[in-house]
Amino acid sequence: MTQTKKSSSQSMWNGKIVRRALVDSLIKLSPRTMMRNPVMFVVEVGSILTTLLLLQDKTTFSFNLQITLWLWFTVIFANFAEAMAEGRGKAQAETLRKTKSETVAHKLLEKGGIQDIPSSVLRLGDIVLVSACEFIPGDGEVIEGVASVDESAITGESAPVIREAGGDRSAVTGGTRVLSDQIKVRISSNPGETFLDRMIALVEGAERQKTPNEIALNILLAGLTIIFLLAVVTLQPFAIYSGSPQTVFVLVSLLVCLIPTTIGGLLSAIGIAGMDRLVQHNVLAMSGRAVEAAGDVNTLLLDKTGTITLGNRQAAEFIPAPGIPAAQMADAAQLSSLADETPEGRSIVVLAKNKYGLRGRELASHEAEFVPFSAQTRMSGVNLDGREIRKGAVDSISKYLNQHGTSMPREVVNVVENISRSGGTPLIVVENRRVLGVVYLKDIVKGGMRERFDHLRAMGIKTVMITGDNPLTAAAIAHEAGVDDFLAEATPKDKMDLIRREQSQGKLVAMTGDGTNDAPALAQADVGVAMNTGTQAAKEAGNMVDLDSNPTKLIEIVAIGKQLLMTRGALTTFSISNDVAKYFAIIPAMFAGTFPVLNALNIMHLRNAQSAVLSAVIFNALIIVALIPLALRGVSYRALSAESLLRRNLLIYGLGGLVVPFIGIKLIDLFITKIKLV
Amino acid sequence: MTMNGWIQIIVFLGVIFLIAKPLGIFMARVFDREKTFLDPVLRPVERILYKLTGVNESEEMKWGEYCISMLIFSLVSMLVLYLIQRGQGLLPFNPQKLAGVAPDLAFNTAASFSTNTNWQSYTPETTMSYFTQMAGLAYHNFMSAAVGIALAIAFIRGVVRREKETIGNFWVDMTRATLWILLPMCFIFALALVSQGVVQNFRAYDTVKLLEPQHIQKTGADGKAVTQTVSEQVIAQGPVASQEAIKMLGTNGGGFFNANSAHPFENPTPFSNFLQMLAIFAIPAGLTYTLGIMTGAKLHGWAVWSAMAILFLAGVTVAYWAESQANPLLHGVDQHATLMQSGGNMEGKEVRFGIADSALFATVTTDASCGAINGVHDSFMPLGGMVPLVNIMLGEVVFGGVGSGLYGMLIFVVLTVFIAGLMVGRTPEYLGKKIEAYDVKMAMLSVLIFPLTVLVFTAISSAAPSFGTSATSNSGPHGLTEILYAYTSTVGNNGSAFAGLSANTHWYNVSLGISMIFGRFLVIVPMLAIAGNLAQKKAIPPSLGTFPVTTPLFTLLLVSVIVIVGALTFFPALSLGPILEHLLMNAGKAF
Amino acid sequence: MKKQLMTAFLMTIATTVLLGILYPLAVTALSQIFFRDQANGQLIPKDGHLVGSRLIGQVFTGPGYFHSRPSAAGDGYDATASGGSNFGPTNQKLIDRVNGDTSRLQAENPNTPVPVDLVTASGSGLDPEISPAAAEFQIPRVARERRMSEDKLKQLIAAHTRGRWLGLLGEPGVRVLELNLALDAEK
Repeated sequence: MTQTKKSSSQSMWNGKIVRRALVDSLIKLSPRTMMRNPVMFVVEVGSILTTLLLLQDKTTFSFNLQITLWLWFTVIFANFAEAMAEGRGKAQAETLRKTKSETVAHKLLEKGGIQDIPSSVLRLGDIVLVSACEFIPGDGEVIEGVASVDESAITGESAPVIREAGGDRSAVTGGTRVLSDQIKVRISSNPGETFLDRMIALVEGAERQKTPNEIALNILLAGLTIIFLLAVVTLQPFAIYSGSPQTVFVLVSLLVCLIPTTIGGLLSAIGIAGMDRLVQHNVLAMSGRAVEAAGDVNTLLLDKTGTITLGNRQAAEFIPAPGIPAAQMADAAQLSSLADETPEGRSIVVLAKNKYGLRGRELASHEAEFVPFSAQTRMSGVNLDGREIRKGAVDSISKYLNQHGTSMPREVVNVVENISRSGGTPLIVVENRRVLGVVYLKDIVKGGMRERFDHLRAMGIKTVMITGDNPLTAAAIAHEAGVDDFLAEATPKDKMDLIRREQSQGKLVAMTGDGTNDAPALAQADVGVAMNTGTQAAKEAGNMVDLDSNPTKLIEIVAIGKQLLMTRGALTTFSISNDVAKYFAIIPAMFAGTFPVLNALNIMHLRNAQSAVLSAVIFNALIIVALIPLALRGVSYRALSAESLLRRNLLIYGLGGLVVPFIGIKLIDLFITKIKLV
Repeated sequence: MTMNGWIQIIVFLGVIFLIAKPLGIFMARVFDREKTFLDPVLRPVERILYKLTGVNESEEMKWGEYCISMLIFSLVSMLVLYLIQRGQGLLPFNPQKLAGVAPDLAFNTAASFSTNTNWQSYTPETTMSYFTQMAGLAYHNFMSAAVGIALAIAFIRGVVRREKETIGNFWVDMTRATLWILLPMCFIFALALVSQGVVQNFRAYDTVKLLEPQHIQKTGADGKAVTQTVSEQVIAQGPVASQEAIKMLGTNGGGFFNANSAHPFENPTPFSNFLQMLAIFAIPAGLTYTLGIMTGAKLHGWAVWSAMAILFLAGVTVAYWAESQANPLLHGVDQHATLMQSGGNMEGKEVRFGIADSALFATVTTDASCGAINGVHDSFMPLGGMVPLVNIMLGEVVFGGVGSGLYGMLIFVVLTVFIAGLMVGRTPEYLGKKIEAYDVKMAMLSVLIFPLTVLVFTAISSAAPSFGTSATSNSGPHGLTEILYAYTSTVGNNGSAFAGLSANTHWYNVSLGISMIFGRFLVIVPMLAIAGNLAQKKAIPPSLGTFPVTTPLFTLLLVSVIVIVGALTFFPALSLGPILEHLLMNAGKAF
Repeated sequence: MKKQLMTAFLMTIATTVLLGILYPLAVTALSQIFFRDQANGQLIPKDGHLVGSRLIGQVFTGPGYFHSRPSAAGDGYDATASGGSNFGPTNQKLIDRVNGDTSRLQAENPNTPVPVDLVTASGSGLDPEISPAAAEFQIPRVARERRMSEDKLKQLIAAHTRGRWLGLLGEPGVRVLELNLALDAEK
């Protein structure tokens, strides 16, 4: 992830993208395209007007020409910003498209037999056979077999992943490559609607629709544009009344400087860049709406396992039953786990080795019979030289003991309860139906989680841990990790109810999920992030897919959403604050000729009327370019309370917006009068 | 500027601070239909009114219905006022035998009073009978104010209600605003004014014999100089106090006399003057606390109050400073403030009020949509006169008109929350309600209508020598300011004037009448649409991530948005009007 | 819609009766009982006829009277046509008027700047008062004309000066009509 981030910042001014964006920004001058952006459309109309009038007045031709050129630059710069944002998406899409190269699909016919057809004609429901070293021809679900698949084309992750029929690891993506074995895949999408197609469309911005907040902001900007249009158009009669009529060039300059061109020019770039930032984090949002919603999230539902804790519990301690030597108990525990390939089992072997010096033994010499974990007994163990060693959860061992007429000693029950209360999982080890002791399995909370939850809390976001553990265990882990709340013994229905309950209070809920049974909740949540390793159903239900399948990333997604909204707000504020300085540049310039006393308003002491107007127009155009990196990168984001964020951003973008243009316009004025442009 | 002047201003603001809470609590109770001490007297009256008019008081209205009821009521009562004026010659209480009012003037006046503007194109003493003043004009002072309060309450309900379709019952809100709030306060206030010397009678105008008869040189019809001897003074009378009370409490501002609150019979003493200014701000200030109570965020109410107080202080400071200055064009005149005289720019000001109270009154009357005057705004110094003008341009949201000030302010709050709310990284929300495209669209519409109407009409008038600029009595930048002020005042439903403009012409009567109607109703409709839309939304519980609307930072932000939006819109026009005049005056130029 | 129209109409009638007729009548009745003089304009009777109102100014031009401020109400202090001059500060007519009045007044009382209120028109055109400074400025002329001592005039002015309300509100003023009536009574 850090790698992708780095490369993206290097590529911000990537030559190829810039060249292409320059061309695109000219193509975008078509009025039909411009009309979608009312602010910049007004600038274009103004530019056309001044161009048409250019030859009318010979005396001030040089000034008029410069004004006209800079007005056109203003439009082009705004288009360039959008094109840059799109260009970066397009570059990504191109990489994706390479993986989409035509492959041959081995379609299984209903009447038997195999037909080789191009992947592009595969339809929903077709079943294909994919062997090692072949590309999977389309999105689908494994219905038979197991294979290791290289998904690096999509995820950037080079380690192969296992895909198998049934369960939560059955989804495969077109364009990925099978490395070993052979699988049968049922195709789940028609041509042009595959995951890859959608990804390409999304990053290219082809299907980009304005998001709700973007629409609202556009209305505000259009409204401001109308107000300034009125202010400037009606200024001419006032000027005539005062005996100081103005030229169209000056009036258009004033108008263009006043309307919010900075945010108007960068608005769509900000939106595209927001999506793009998600893509850089290997998250695909199905809509811009989802990205915005991420910023608004009030409640985060986080699965305990894999998100808050390391995926697996680990043995932390052996607690022998009364009268049992610790070494004996450790020995039995290790024996029972030698064949247990689960992380828990392995951790028991390791603990016994580290603490009691018991080495893993080669058991082949003995008459060892391993008893694997089964759904019926819910125990595992080993039969070895007449020893029947079993380990399992408390209730299953109790049942096992009861069947044989014994029961758990009181002391062991106490230990078990203590372990549960402190968030651990007790595992009972018995040998020949005699309880030897308890293995204390502990959930290990990932490093740094508490800080992250503190940040989230400061931002007003509540975190809820979802776990299948009992309430005691859940409470302990929740406490250790620092989440606000937890849902223990959670069933998919509980999860769903929790989401609905939060939403009924007006809150927005985000969650991650991968299993098919997560699908309804993913669909219900306002932001549902499906793991790419998850089932097709989960991916369809969510509105984002995390290609890295890293549930912790939900927190980053929220941050990206917030950053998107903040960038819009910051640049809007900046843009509007800028107008103050522009007034002080242009108004005295317009009227000081007739009324020299108005030079009192020329607080920047700009050289003359022409240089003042031109400087303001140039500043107005250049500031768009200057802010393109900010629009693409987003304003810097910190996990702070709304009040502190507001204070900080107001100081930078509000106050900055007031001050910067005074300095900028003055400098431009000094420069252009120095080189005698006016 | 004198210490005494500043103390008066601070005392005034202090009293406004003190009355906001009790009045706010009372109004919240009235509109939540909780028990009040006035119920034993007023409930029966209220019931009779509903019975007579067929109002079902338990019925609730959606915003559209609320809006239509309001529009129909305004239209019907506007029509009735038009007819009363046209037919006043046939109606009672007309001791001066004044004839019916001309159609364009009657339209202008009907529009003016039913929109809470009280722009007066006429000279009341010689135009309106006592009946027209009482049953027509003063009546509208009550009702337009009650409508304003009702609308503000409806808007608050929109913010407060969750997933509801309705925002209250217009008839009930209006009736309760009248009976519980306006009428009792007016009654007491009117008597207090009478005690100070405001007249209240139905006498014919009194004729007195002058102590020193005057000989006046006049040019006769034949062009020859004629000497007239004037030995009598006719003193206009009337039921002034009862109208004066609602004129102030309802932020209407339409004077019984031409000189309005500068007239000694309308505003005889500094104390009556103080009471009148209090009356202008009382209900609007109280409503900020009502907002706090009804939304359950009292600090939000105070935050809004503080924003208003800051803008008020800024305005009064500039006005007081400007009016205290000596006019550099006058020579041999002592314009310094001493213990013996207030000094400063006394043209158009009364001795009893001096500079401080005149500047304060001008600020208060335009912060609110009152428009009463106790001094001639047209004769203010350029920057002193710019303060009332800018106050109106900012939307009269500094305490503002009764009701209209609050809902106008809340539109700005919505915009502030929207612009700055994004900067906290969330979809903007106001007290838990998300501000979305529809709300922004309506807020922009309601904000847009103001500059649209003002600037377009002012542009037309200033470019038309025949019917536009010919009406101005001052030339140069000041003439432009007169026209700009007229449209700003009417669209803003203020009603004060740079009265040198002879506005009783067809063009001005009609265009100003239209301005008043646009400025009132075209702002209200989108405002109610927002209320209706907000009421339907879910409310998100506040958290640390919520945009704060209760803090000093919010207050500061709100003030900035109001100033920047207002200033950016009108700066070009202002720079050619008062600002230019100020600079030219200091350069010694007259017109 | 029709129902609302009806309600609107009835509401207009009912509230007009209440607010437009009953309310002012009630206020009038109470005022006439409790504040009879104030409610009727504080008219001043003299020798069997009315000579003015304490609150309404009059024109004085004779050198033996204290003069009121310039007035823009009708031909001057016309109490049926109240109002100000509406001259802006840069209006040449204002400057001419003030300069004219100033030079006339300075002729009476040379080497003293004229108090500003004495050369500026009030907002109502009916201002009954002048500032104490403006009264003092006129003392030499009136003293000369009436052959009264300046101290006596100062006493009279002080007796007719209204101070600030509670020492705080407003500005002090001298009621010109009452002062002149007192002057006449001194004879």
